[in-house]
Amino acid sequence: MPDSAVTAKAHADQEPRVLTGTHFMLGDHACAEGALAAGLDFFAGYPITPSTEVAEHLARRLPALNGRFVQMEDELGSMAAIIGASAAGARSFTATSGPGFTLMMENIGLAAMMELPCVIVDVQRASPSTGLPTMVGQSDILQARWGSHGDYGIIAYCPASPQECFDLTFRAFNAADKYRVPVFILMDEVVGHMTERVVIPAADELPIIRRKRPQNAPGDMPFLSYAPDEDLVPPIAHAGEGYKVHMTGLTHDERGYPAMNAETHDKLINRLVDKIRLHAADIEMYEEIGVDDADTIVIAFGCTARSARHAVNQARSEGLKCGMLRLITAWPFPEARIRELIHLGKVKRFIVPEVNLGQLRREVERLTQLPVICLNHAGGAMPTPDAILELIRS
Amino acid sequence: MTVTEQTIQPAANIHPIDSLLRADRLPHMLCPGCGIGTVIHGYVHAIAASGIEEDKHVCVSGIGCSGRAAGYVNIDSYHATHGRALPFALGIAVHNPDLNVTVISGDGDLTAIGGNHLIHSARRNVNLNVICINNFNYGMTGGQVGPTTPLGAKGTTAPDGAVEQPFNLPYLAKATGAVFVARWTVLHVREFQDAVLRAMEKSGFSFIEVLAPCPTSFGRYNKLGDGAHELEIYRERCRIENGATNLEDLDIDLIDESKSITVGNFVDIERRTFME
Repeated sequence: MPDSAVTAKAHADQEPRVLTGTHFMLGDHACAEGALAAGLDFFAGYPITPSTEVAEHLARRLPALNGRFVQMEDELGSMAAIIGASAAGARSFTATSGPGFTLMMENIGLAAMMELPCVIVDVQRASPSTGLPTMVGQSDILQARWGSHGDYGIIAYCPASPQECFDLTFRAFNAADKYRVPVFILMDEVVGHMTERVVIPAADELPIIRRKRPQNAPGDMPFLSYAPDEDLVPPIAHAGEGYKVHMTGLTHDERGYPAMNAETHDKLINRLVDKIRLHAADIEMYEEIGVDDADTIVIAFGCTARSARHAVNQARSEGLKCGMLRLITAWPFPEARIRELIHLGKVKRFIVPEVNLGQLRREVERLTQLPVICLNHAGGAMPTPDAILELIRS
Repeated sequence: MTVTEQTIQPAANIHPIDSLLRADRLPHMLCPGCGIGTVIHGYVHAIAASGIEEDKHVCVSGIGCSGRAAGYVNIDSYHATHGRALPFALGIAVHNPDLNVTVISGDGDLTAIGGNHLIHSARRNVNLNVICINNFNYGMTGGQVGPTTPLGAKGTTAPDGAVEQPFNLPYLAKATGAVFVARWTVLHVREFQDAVLRAMEKSGFSFIEVLAPCPTSFGRYNKLGDGAHELEIYRERCRIENGATNLEDLDIDLIDESKSITVGNFVDIERRTFME
């Protein structure tokens, strides 16, 4: 940032960037605090229920920390603005819900293609279209994976509590920079509007991983914005640094120049997919309860995982061989672990409760011939612990 | 090879603005007679004359023929999605206010699919220089009419002539809050270059419309001849009126030979910028 160090220090003295301590905090606010703790510089967004509290919180907090808050004219512009800010070196962020997420898909593809890191939180509501704006949904999970046209790797975290809203938003910024990808926080209305205990660690316990930067000073050799290292991720030079970068949504060569041929396209798109696919084991996160001896495994994420946890614990206390696999990353989907559990031979069936009509179920069915029992609600309400428990007992 | 040849040969390849063009991307993909090259030429000359370090200039384009401009200037340059050059540029300019950010794009990109961003960027008075290359049609996709096509002018999607009232862009830019508004044509090379320079000097949102021939599409369907012939129309019918106050009367009629085309620097005011 161009602001002088003196000004920055004066602001920082008044406004702490990391709210270290124990709080009783709204999920949406915890998400915003996670972004601030991760070093957020730039937010651009458009108000939409049930994510508005993220923007409102940052409108108060971010300018006091020398960051920039811009309320845009729509979500198309919001997404474009955070990519532009990222090109200039910012840790950038936006918050939305289903209808806005759909509009952002255009430029999410651009972020994937230009490989400009940014973080997008989608607080899901009952959909499609305007749906139930104030009520819960989990039906953007496949849109998060496949929403923009074409193939590209993606990362999506799905918090199940305000604490995870903080933790995973913080983590999302590191992942975005590390892999040069847009990263999603797939929240839902229940988690976003829930107030719970949130513990925020000291700043020095929150390690920030920054994007890779050019090794050489700008000069004689043209900088190759898209020449990847062994990890398939290229370093980034920012606008104004003198590297004369060119970035485009067109298929491009390592210099960033348009290259209108099938070979370059195939190589580029495979790398965009592989840089996430080959690092899936590093990125994936899930929580397990008693899966090792379980004949029934419940797979759930977000708010639904809270019901599932209650049901699984109750079932286990009744002596039923039941476990839970809770997705913390929806994408990459932890398919290696699920295949492993199937291979171990104990599991006889899966139960997939979710607030949509079977989007996660498709992913599980893709991996197994075992029965996949679903418990769906189209949105506005979520599966109760009793309903899940009844299926486990059946 | 003689000593003389060795000394002359490199000198013959150096042009004062070579360093500002991506020579490794030439020849460009623009058609013979197209006006976009002249606009790029004017922009890089303005960079050289601006007194601002080259590295502090950034160029952002959208999609279309004019959208390819960013790909030919040898500074940090970004080729965004269709219509989104302005919000993309906003992200750069707001995060790093030390940069002089110019958006070069076409009339379709900036005023149709990107129209909402245009009016809001002007209203916010974000520190951006916008060069809107108006060739009255969608050239890259083959000559469809758009929101700047003059009434009655033909395109592949209006074979009997455009029936919708087109935008009067200087009037629109002024009404929505731009602090500098100009219209020139690619024939007015010096005036255009000076306007770009003025935009670079000014804080806030500057908007320059530059009329450019598209002989391959618009010119062909409207029997305007080749690019040179369209320039001849500009020469005969353009009337320079700097500081014109009647911006509402600046509609363009290319077909009716009795109508003049008003060009000039129309607005140059100060207004609180977004960063202020």
